[in-house]
Amino acid sequence: MSSIQDIQNEIIEEFEILGEDKESTIYYIMELGGQLPKFPEEERVDENIIKGCQSKVWLATRENGDKIQYLADSNTDITKGLISLLIRVLSGRTPQEILKADLDFIDKIGMGNIIGSQRSNGLSAMIKQMKLYALAYQAKQNV
Amino acid sequence: MSLNIEEIRAMFPVLHQEVNGKPLIYFDNAATTQKPQSVLDSLTGYYEKDNSNIHRGAHTLADRATRYYEETREGVKNFINANESAEVIFTKGTTESINLVASSYGRKFITKGDEIIISTLEHHSNIVPWQMLCEEKEATLKIIPINDRGEILLEEFENLLSDKTKFVSIVHVSNALGTINPVKKIIKKAHQVGAMVLLDGAQSTNHLDIDVQDLDCDFLAFSAHKLYGPTGLGILYGKRSLLEIMPPYQGGGEMIKEVTFAKTTYNEIPFKFEAGTPNIADVIAFQKALDFISFIGKSNIKKHEDELLDHANEAFGQIKGFVPVGTAAEKVSVVSFNINGMHPFDVGVMLDANGIAVRTGHHCTQPLMQRLGLEGTVRASFSVYNTKSEIDQMALSLAKIAKIKNK
Ligand SMILES: Cc1ncc(COP(=O)(O)O)c(C=O)c1O
Repeated sequence: MSSIQDIQNEIIEEFEILGEDKESTIYYIMELGGQLPKFPEEERVDENIIKGCQSKVWLATRENGDKIQYLADSNTDITKGLISLLIRVLSGRTPQEILKADLDFIDKIGMGNIIGSQRSNGLSAMIKQMKLYALAYQAKQNV
Repeated sequence: MSLNIEEIRAMFPVLHQEVNGKPLIYFDNAATTQKPQSVLDSLTGYYEKDNSNIHRGAHTLADRATRYYEETREGVKNFINANESAEVIFTKGTTESINLVASSYGRKFITKGDEIIISTLEHHSNIVPWQMLCEEKEATLKIIPINDRGEILLEEFENLLSDKTKFVSIVHVSNALGTINPVKKIIKKAHQVGAMVLLDGAQSTNHLDIDVQDLDCDFLAFSAHKLYGPTGLGILYGKRSLLEIMPPYQGGGEMIKEVTFAKTTYNEIPFKFEAGTPNIADVIAFQKALDFISFIGKSNIKKHEDELLDHANEAFGQIKGFVPVGTAAEKVSVVSFNINGMHPFDVGVMLDANGIAVRTGHHCTQPLMQRLGLEGTVRASFSVYNTKSEIDQMALSLAKIAKIKNK
């Protein structure tokens, strides 16, 4: 399986191909959102809502051996697209890998410029929550 | 007179730029309008030539700054046809103006068991100060309901009125939907039971002729930045008889007559309510914004904006999936809408990619959105410098966006 860095590089390349045109970039992000696996309805509860996001974001996890599987959803297609990128990079990894990950693709693809600063905060909240899950899982593994 | 919009646009430097590779189309005027060159020049001119603290200096600059500052007060008085300029108080904005009344008038005159009436259409800044007051005083907040078009139900309002009603605070024009409320009737009915009325004029003062004596409102709150003026400056109009019996809102310099450690006597109105060094530069520059409005003429502005509204309703109405929100018979140039199957956020971001600035979300009117069963809307709001061709451009972009979910 390719490393977190490999996948980030893949994403950076994909966005480079899209070029400077903001509109096509956004269409692409929305398309990615459409491909996000269906979110389990029983997980659509308030405890799974991420605070700090302007749009609604739900995040849940599944344990898969020593790896964490992330599931997420949003009520807006663009946010869904952004989530799908994070999931592509972080899902199916060990907590150690997730905690160590330096998510530089976000800056490199110019996300702040694409989604605006308010949503960037939301994205940070999302990443923080994903890492918190990893931390909790790691702590559990160690006992 | 038919306006020469190109000439007007030339007065607004900010309009002439590209956003995301497209010419900027600025349709977020209900949030704040752009500022003409004359306002910008006045701001820099003040700091370059006149800067000094007002009302107490014995030198030429202080005298000049004071004169300009007080000239704006006179200008605002004329703009709203107040009886005298002492009834015009400068604040930070509509929000502070409302808080001033709730804190000062409210704390003194509202008591346990009293009722205060607002409407479903209110901006949070005309809800929260009253909630805080009601909580403190054990008074009750009553809400006038609306119909599905976004219009206040007058009969319901009358049913809420009683001798317990002490205050009615109501938005003149809804920021989220553009509805113009029948405030003159509301004021009259409220006065019949002895209640005072505050008008939130944040969205009306830039579109409608305002005559506080004819309306007979007791207070009027509005913001300069929605009137081609600077940010961080607002106005509170209040009838002299009320301002005089209200306690000061904040303590400090400017608002006193004499201070000893034993007792302080307060200054006359309006200074009683303007503690500290005020926002001198912005007040002075605001006069240029008022000059701009009177140069164009309110009725000309209104006529142009009404034409834009009609044009937008027609152009957007043909788009598959376009759902207008707020279809009151009396409206200002605001089009609130949703696109079927799409979140307003996504629509806003995609319009922005096309250089079009609109507002998305709940517009600080969450209770209204709850009433309408919506999470939010997309809002395009037009001003005097907007054109039909900009609306056509937005209709093209919107049609393309709507198609994603409305094939
Ligand atoms: C109807 C209404 N009331 C109050 C406000 C608050 O104005 P400000 O933020 O300038 O204090 C606004 C501004 O959006 C408004 O539209």
